[in-house]
Amino acid sequence: MKTIIYDGSFSGWLTVVFHVYEYKWTDVNILPVAKQQHSLFGDIHQVETDEAKADRVWHALKKKITNEYAMQLFQTFLSEEEHVENVLLQYVRYAFSSQQKITHNYSNSAVLYVSQTARKVHREKHRMEAFVRFQCLKDGLYYATIEPDYNVLPLIKKHFEERYADQRWMIYDVKRHYGLYYDLNSVDLISINFENTVAKNGKPSSEILNEGEVQYQLLWKDYFKSVTIAARKNIKLHVQHMPTRYWKYLIEKLPGR
Amino acid sequence: MWDRISEKLKILSDAAKYDVSCASSGSKRKNENKGLGNSSGMGICHAYTEDGRCVSLLKILLTNHCIYDCAYCVSRRSNDVKRAAFTVQEVVDLTINFYRRNYIEGLFLSSGIFSNADFTMERLVRIAKKLRTEENFHGYIHLKAIPGASKELLNEAGLYADRLSVNIEMPTEQGLKLLAPDKKRDDMIHPMKHLKAAIEENRDEKKVLKRTPLFAPAGQSTQMVVGATAETDLNILSVADWFYKKMQLKRVYYSGYVPISNDSRLPMIGTPVPMIRENRLYQADWLMRFYGFERNEIVSIDYPLLDMDIDPKLAWALRNLHLFPIDINKADLAVIKRVPGIGVTSALKIVAARKFNNLNWEHLKKIGISINKAKYFITCSSKDFERKDYQPLQIKQFILNTGHSKYRPDFSPQISLF
Repeated sequence: MKTIIYDGSFSGWLTVVFHVYEYKWTDVNILPVAKQQHSLFGDIHQVETDEAKADRVWHALKKKITNEYAMQLFQTFLSEEEHVENVLLQYVRYAFSSQQKITHNYSNSAVLYVSQTARKVHREKHRMEAFVRFQCLKDGLYYATIEPDYNVLPLIKKHFEERYADQRWMIYDVKRHYGLYYDLNSVDLISINFENTVAKNGKPSSEILNEGEVQYQLLWKDYFKSVTIAARKNIKLHVQHMPTRYWKYLIEKLPGR
Repeated sequence: MWDRISEKLKILSDAAKYDVSCASSGSKRKNENKGLGNSSGMGICHAYTEDGRCVSLLKILLTNHCIYDCAYCVSRRSNDVKRAAFTVQEVVDLTINFYRRNYIEGLFLSSGIFSNADFTMERLVRIAKKLRTEENFHGYIHLKAIPGASKELLNEAGLYADRLSVNIEMPTEQGLKLLAPDKKRDDMIHPMKHLKAAIEENRDEKKVLKRTPLFAPAGQSTQMVVGATAETDLNILSVADWFYKKMQLKRVYYSGYVPISNDSRLPMIGTPVPMIRENRLYQADWLMRFYGFERNEIVSIDYPLLDMDIDPKLAWALRNLHLFPIDINKADLAVIKRVPGIGVTSALKIVAARKFNNLNWEHLKKIGISINKAKYFITCSSKDFERKDYQPLQIKQFILNTGHSKYRPDFSPQISLF
């Protein structure tokens, strides 16, 4: 068994796939560098990310299984689940070795895993499109922090870019320490060191909020409260749709008024 | 100023909440000229109330002043409630500011009727127009089409709104006569017919001219109050079926009556909301729209009421046991969709996956079907399956004993009429 260490990026993983085919490795265990254990011994290979090689694999994959299913692989990768790299490799091997179109063979464990995991990630993406709550800051920036279960920022970029074309905005993933920033022209990836800033842990303090921001938050809370029909109360369903782990970022679920 | 807005918002959202539609899907409206908002056709629920309903739109009345006195409505003229009215600008500001913060997908604007239909409709249209033309807003707008409003106003509404709806309120004409004597069913059907024709005309124009402006791209919907009057499920679903087939409605909503009045014509205050019945009606509605069922397979003169214990698909299957079991590895998609415990997504997966190898229980479980229900109706490549000739009632008991209903037993069953 060969252990392969890569940088944790999707291009990195694609490079690993390239090497697997190039050197005809059979039995491999792929690990991101962040999860590398110090006690690892044995046959360890470090693979440097190579965009050209990654591109070649990516294009070959898209050709083999169509864009739609290649996208599923990317979504599955973003789940960051343990051993996801190995299952994806298993999938890729199956796809390339088969003459048939294998994307619908749900009786294959890797295919089923990818379809189910991609769906989970997609659901989280959809959740973030719903649960992002912007706060307007003094300089007119609409700012939101999130902590999604999966690494979905790359997936939600397009949605927010198309929707909020006339306002500057930022969505920051405080768990993964990076964010998206739109400056009215394009969206960039950014990373901020929040130490010694007015935004402790990424949370903006009240003195940097725009005039009217607090009032709109209160109006939203009023609204949220008054649309509830008491005679139909069903907290179980409420929590099922809005799991409590998201509440700290949802204005309407925060205490007050 | 904020306090006044806050009070109006509380009154006018509270009065609007009994309108159940909150859909924001089915309309593709692209952001243009770097404006605000974009609808991709997929709806988003930004929050969920404590009763578990989706909050997708800012759903408010322009005013709860109303000249009508419909017994089932909180805003009825004779009801002693606080009255309020938004200005056009206030609604525009609330919509834009909520939208910019990603609280909502857009606006659902309804209204009590003040002075007359045209006067009310004109205000609703003015708000939608302002959002589209002055604010360059491309989010979702759902407007109520006020019965009795002029064709010109309805046509203008269609240019700015994604969806238009007229609520039919009561499933039958008699029900309406009893509770809303001032209203006539024809007054509601009339604008629906006009909008249906306008939507079709717009679609035909679009085939010829690409740049034809949008006209209510998310279509029409309507709503019926369920459980306020004595209609059967047969009455209700027949009306719904007619709306889907003859009026091309996108959605029919069923609103379990929430007791809000001491009127002797209505269920008393404190009577539980008929939530199971409402849920069964939605299940039946789905069967008609996505599962290829005809209305008379679900309810008919012989069985005018939906079964409250079990879902309507299972009820249908138990009435038609002679059609089962079916072979999951051979049956047509349409047949597989009719198996209790198998949804549309799973049915599609089954049909795709069986091309590679015959499916067994293990595969089916992983694909995500509800084996507990389906096992009485299918065979697969596993040797073991239910071979005994169970009677419908036995199967029903087995399923009820192994499953756990999400409903507590204390929810009101439908009032039995026979």
